[in-house]
Amino acid sequence: MTRLVYFAWVRERIGKSEEDLDLPASVETVGDLLAHLRTLGEEYEAALEFPDAIRVAINQEHAERHERIAGAREIGLFPPMTGG
Amino acid sequence: MPVPSILRPIVSVQREDIDTRAIVHALTDGRTDVGALVTFTGLCRDEAGRLEALELEHYPGMAEAELTRIGEEAIGRFALLGLAIVHRYGRMEPSDQIVLVAATSSHRQAAFDGANFVMDYLKTSAPFWKKEHGRDGTEGGWVAARDADDTARLRWKQD
Repeated sequence: MTRLVYFAWVRERIGKSEEDLDLPASVETVGDLLAHLRTLGEEYEAALEFPDAIRVAINQEHAERHERIAGAREIGLFPPMTGG
Repeated sequence: MPVPSILRPIVSVQREDIDTRAIVHALTDGRTDVGALVTFTGLCRDEAGRLEALELEHYPGMAEAELTRIGEEAIGRFALLGLAIVHRYGRMEPSDQIVLVAATSSHRQAAFDGANFVMDYLKTSAPFWKKEHGRDGTEGGWVAARDADDTARLRWKQD
């Protein structure tokens, strides 16, 4: 099981702030994960409608699309950051 | 001979208001080597009267980790003598403090550049998000990231 955590409008659109998912073995990279999540329902489809706008963190560190998610304890999905 | 300790930034992600004086004391008390202190404070604007409040959301754990990573890079790059980064979350009203960056160095340029660098990186990579609440009672929605912030970050890129 992998813990997924969502923030800001990604959290609002998916309708939850976190969940534990059993990811299929075919989901190897961050890019694969985004594509897979979009198949889970219309709320995911709405949240990930523009995948380029989504930022991903593996174990609380920013991750690029090609990075592998094997062994990740926690994966965060969120929009571009607007702090400061 | 004792091994010199690696300087770590003071990092705090908190709901409470920011005590700038306490941070400045922590960075400068008894420090006869410090010749420059720069503090930057980011405040909540009312956006020409439109904004009632901002709601700041953050990614607990990652926010602290990312601010620490940015701070460590700034300390190394500008040879800072001290650095503190404090960022608030929760509800903020116009004139409230949102973020503080305080940097110390021997000479002023490093402290100015260090604080500036931290803010440019924080804007685009620290996991915080702002949601606006309008004075007319509307939930104004999430603030969009600005291209200008990405551009500001790029100017620190080294070949």
